[in-house]
Amino acid sequence: MVGPEAAVVTAREQILADIRTALGRAGNATPAPLAPPMLRNPQMDRNLYISLFVQNLEKLAGKAFIVPNPAAVAPMLQALLKDQRAVASNAPFLAACGVTGLAQVESGFTEPEALRQACATAGVGITSADYALAATGSLVMLASPQEARLISLLPPVHVAVFPKSRILGNLDELLARIPQPAEQTSSMVLITGPSRTADIEQILIRGVHGPGEVYAVIVEEENS
Amino acid sequence: MQGTPTGGIQQTIGDPRLQLAIYSATRRLIEHRAGAVGSERLPDYQELRTRANQIKQHTIEHLDHYLEQFESNVAAHGGKVVYCRTGEDVSDFVLGLAKERKAHLIVKSKSMTTEEVHFNERLERHQLETVETDLGEYILQLAHERPYHIVAPALHMTRYDVAELFTKTLGVAKEVEPEKQTKIARATLREKFLGADIGVTGANFLVADSGAVVLVENEGNARLSTSAPKIHIAVAGIEKVIPRAQDLAVFLDLLGRSATGQPLTVYTSFLSGPRRAGELDGPDEFYVVLLDNGRTKLLKDPEKRQSLYCIRCGACLNHCPVYRKIGGHNYPWVYSGPIGAIITPQFHGVSEDGWLPFASSLCGACAEVCPVKIEIPKLLLKLRSEVTEAKRAQGSGGVERFAFRVWAWLMTHPKTYLALARLGSKSAGLLPKVGPLGSWTSQRELPPMASQSFHRWWAQRRRS
Repeated sequence: MVGPEAAVVTAREQILADIRTALGRAGNATPAPLAPPMLRNPQMDRNLYISLFVQNLEKLAGKAFIVPNPAAVAPMLQALLKDQRAVASNAPFLAACGVTGLAQVESGFTEPEALRQACATAGVGITSADYALAATGSLVMLASPQEARLISLLPPVHVAVFPKSRILGNLDELLARIPQPAEQTSSMVLITGPSRTADIEQILIRGVHGPGEVYAVIVEEENS
Repeated sequence: MQGTPTGGIQQTIGDPRLQLAIYSATRRLIEHRAGAVGSERLPDYQELRTRANQIKQHTIEHLDHYLEQFESNVAAHGGKVVYCRTGEDVSDFVLGLAKERKAHLIVKSKSMTTEEVHFNERLERHQLETVETDLGEYILQLAHERPYHIVAPALHMTRYDVAELFTKTLGVAKEVEPEKQTKIARATLREKFLGADIGVTGANFLVADSGAVVLVENEGNARLSTSAPKIHIAVAGIEKVIPRAQDLAVFLDLLGRSATGQPLTVYTSFLSGPRRAGELDGPDEFYVVLLDNGRTKLLKDPEKRQSLYCIRCGACLNHCPVYRKIGGHNYPWVYSGPIGAIITPQFHGVSEDGWLPFASSLCGACAEVCPVKIEIPKLLLKLRSEVTEAKRAQGSGGVERFAFRVWAWLMTHPKTYLALARLGSKSAGLLPKVGPLGSWTSQRELPPMASQSFHRWWAQRRRS
């Protein structure tokens, strides 16, 4: 336990008591139910998700590639990476696409420190994505043993490889599908374009702390 | 008795460079927002505002319930909630933890709540290095200044100011290109992220049904602060709680658009507890500090408690003619603009910052753009009357009260009133430009009086 535990307990009771006094109540009262959440269905054809995703990602200076099947991923990445060293996550889809077999790619990390060192020095981080959102061009990353956080964060370039079927319409559709993200993961992150700032004279600069370049590789047919 | 504005206002208004910086930054933010909430981009914008307001009202009216629910869900995922009544409680907790874990370096991502309690200063007094990592906040920390704007903290500084500052504090060669300045900050801060023991963040939302902290940002510094160090501490005001993860569909749609015109910021992190079994990164320990620091005082009044709905988008600042003229640093506290004008006197008492509610033209632009529909002008009026009441209780404000009593008597005695009005119309031009009325009259031209008063004209018209 941290600090003088008794004092911490007192602060808790005091704050809750102050709240109840201010609200004119004696104890915890269960509130009347709130109206159901407002989740709007995306008003668009599912077949348009992919083009809308590409359009919105590229508006943010991201770039999308559409490949027909998993077999086409590795040659495409080979050309994209050239001689840059890359770290790939343990996502099964990356292995299925042959990404982990590329000479430039380090993968299969099991030690936190080794992964961290590799991410801090690699030129490119390659992950999959659990979902993507068409309306905003976002990638949705759920942290897990297969998908570490630092791979999409430390290297200056982030490449996400995922099947077309994972593209959803918008944030509302994501939250309808995962009403309780905390049950699945300790960290769900939406990545909407490259890292950016406008803190100096409102001039847009990309790649402040996160990747300055974001690529999405969308695989049309999940199985080869 | 009600405090006075600082002398800095004249200086700000008289500085053309600063005026241009404030005006152009806020104008850009106004344009970006307008583009993002327009009817073709977001047809249900008004409905979203209404929903956000309803959810906030419901949550604030059952704050104790949702805080307890939040607390038990944080615990269920292996995190811990720490309640703090004051800023001192926050620093005591962090210092105690740092000592126990032998921590030396803290990285921080932008948080108004920690600004509010002077977190960095408190920790640095105990030799704990605390580094701001948002680019704007980093610049301000080096310059020893507080944020100028809730969303754009360093909007008053030019690239040349930054160049000089970096040379002086970091010992780097002078660099005036913002792109290269950003690279310098990236390299310096990257080392800090990788060496830090603790990451401290704020929270944009606390989700009760998930025990989660939600953070929105564009740079990636909040992600790094919550992914690289072994310990993550989120410091949040108790009013930040919302009931359900699905309510984020409403709030996230409004926050980014109202702040910078972005449908979503670059990173939206939904963090619920420490790393789980098998994960290769993420914090081992996860704490959420729930801070009161006077918020429970704001709950008492059923009308004024809506001040706690604020999601800190900064739109009211950008649209406020007063903020756009006097800037952020002339407000007495870290919260500036219309929202600052209503919450500061409530936190500090009307006797200290009571002049703030009067520093408004009541034009209503703030209420029109507020994504959670806080009735700011109404609260300003309410606070004005409280300030006046407080003055009366203290026995001051007597001259004004006497003047109104005389006025009331005159209005009920028409003959005397008309006689005095005739005299007044002849002598109005003689109002002194110096003395107690000077600060008013020296800035204004009185319009010429009509040769005939309305009363006389009306009387003659009826006779003929």
